[in-house]
Amino acid sequence: MAKKKENLKELTALLRRMWLIRAFEEKVSALYAERQIVGLLHLGIGQEAVAVGACSQLRADDYVYGGHRSHGHAIAKGADINRLMAEIAGRASGYCSGKGGSMHIVATEAGFITATGVVGGTIPLALGAAFAAKERKKRQVAVVFFGDGAGQAGPFHESLNIASLWRLPVIFICENNGYAEFTPLSAHTKVARLAQHAKTYAIPASTVDGNDLLAVRDAMQKAVAKCRAGKGPIFVECLTHRMRGHYEGDPAKYRELSQLAQWKAKDPIARLARALKNEKVMKDKGFATIEREARELVDKAAEYALASPWPDPDAVDTQVTS
Amino acid sequence: MPEQTFLDAIRSALAEEMRRDSSVYVFGEDVALGGPFGVTQGLAGEFGANRTVNTPISEGTVMGLAIGAATAGLRPVVEIMFIDFITLAIDQLVNHAAKLHYMSGGQLKVPLTVRVQCGISGTMGAHHSQSLEAWLAHVPGLKVVMPANPADAKGLLKAAIRDDNPVVFIEHRGLYRSKGQVSDDQQIVEIGRAKLLRSGDQATIVALSSMVDPALAAADDLAAQGVSVEVIDPRTVSPLDIETIADSVKKTSRLLVVHEAVEQGGIGAEIIARVQQEIFYYLDSPIARIAAPFAPVPASPTLERQFLPGKERISDAVHKMIRA
Repeated sequence: MAKKKENLKELTALLRRMWLIRAFEEKVSALYAERQIVGLLHLGIGQEAVAVGACSQLRADDYVYGGHRSHGHAIAKGADINRLMAEIAGRASGYCSGKGGSMHIVATEAGFITATGVVGGTIPLALGAAFAAKERKKRQVAVVFFGDGAGQAGPFHESLNIASLWRLPVIFICENNGYAEFTPLSAHTKVARLAQHAKTYAIPASTVDGNDLLAVRDAMQKAVAKCRAGKGPIFVECLTHRMRGHYEGDPAKYRELSQLAQWKAKDPIARLARALKNEKVMKDKGFATIEREARELVDKAAEYALASPWPDPDAVDTQVTS
Repeated sequence: MPEQTFLDAIRSALAEEMRRDSSVYVFGEDVALGGPFGVTQGLAGEFGANRTVNTPISEGTVMGLAIGAATAGLRPVVEIMFIDFITLAIDQLVNHAAKLHYMSGGQLKVPLTVRVQCGISGTMGAHHSQSLEAWLAHVPGLKVVMPANPADAKGLLKAAIRDDNPVVFIEHRGLYRSKGQVSDDQQIVEIGRAKLLRSGDQATIVALSSMVDPALAAADDLAAQGVSVEVIDPRTVSPLDIETIADSVKKTSRLLVVHEAVEQGGIGAEIIARVQQEIFYYLDSPIARIAAPFAPVPASPTLERQFLPGKERISDAVHKMIRA
């Protein structure tokens, strides 16, 4: 039963990572409500399985790019939650010395290259990292997360075309959460599955249940293997849902409560926990411990962040150029 | 010293830097074929198609790709065929190239060079003739250079490629065939340094890019009429070398700024504001500027001639300042 034991270890680690993201985002939300964190915050509660499932298949030296809703992607790639929380709180000890903030996280030590405030903006950047990786022949891959809203942006289409044309080792991960800001995808395009665009550009694509961590992981495992072997780009569309509004403070009145309830029933953390329980590999006590430990780590990160000094005002125009 | 065209000087800078540093890559439409003006002619033959990369007509994505490659260790040189089309890439240039170093708290560097051709030459009309350097100079994190002669073109392009920051290198199409002395071992020209081209004591003319030659011609005419002027080429638009200009104006007490871009919001406005802040009490007359009218670039040859500032307007403006 050695295999099952190893599997348990892996799945427990993935569950822990999902809980770490969930607890982190809930803490950010609470601190925002208390005005201890300010700014424009986009939380990924409900989408944890995509970030964790995808990044579980990556090497430390692979490149990951995010979007505006990317705290979870950074954590999934291994970013330190203390420095991440400090950055979101605008402190000098943050990853970007307080100059980036929630939408512009950079954690190069973890291979999380950058988030962006521009929808779809990092897709071309990931192509560039993939181009450099291909030239260096170290079999690194570049991964870019973006939402369904990016699928109607020009650079998305240009990027699929170039990645396909040059066989770049880039994996496009579309988090199709059904909403582009306040508007349902159906009001923005007749193309309900963005994977269809990939096929147009001759890129192998699949659509998976993005709230099923194992489905995401398995799709990514195949994608990474092909990509590393030099077979060109892959597109993985993950169907998911964000459980919060577009940004903190958005009451999300455009969404039916029944819809929210449907998605709550598909909660990615509860689903993995159920699977583990059904396999009788973990008991309720074990799940409770994982959640508690995640919340403790996040509490410490918040303490660290809020106790950290603010940036020196004189830093306002430093690092404009190197 | 051998003579070289502006265009050949750019090509030799590219080739020398690609030879020196294997992380230098050239991207752009038709670059492997030499491009429409022949600037990149021969590079694909020497360095291969993998380093002289022909791209689809997707300026925004190619710019983003080059930025991503720059943060991942390459030194890309992207060619945007006409500055009019930098509009299509401005999102990536402004939001990522210019800001990633700052937004990352110094974690990321973007050693990117953007070569872009600009200006009025050959009646190409409103979509192939603009001068947009002032837009770019408004963006913190971008360096913007605009050489006016072959030696500066070569030296500044080498400097741009070796710079760890994004540099927009603006080439005026009308200068491509102009010739000048370029030494075989032309070294880098420091970004951010203006150049005194001619000494004088009654007025300072600051002229940029295509306006340098008319300014020098006007200075000759003025000298024949007994008026002595200095001519300064800023060469770099951002960061501006205000010190060199201000030092000159302290001596001459008069300043005229000349550029081909439209007057409103042009780089002349910035030069003038900063000079008067620093040395207002040295001035003997209001600072003047000559630039294009506030209109798109017209297509008809007669309208285009009307649009372009020339040496007569420059001489007239200097006379007017001296009479004031």
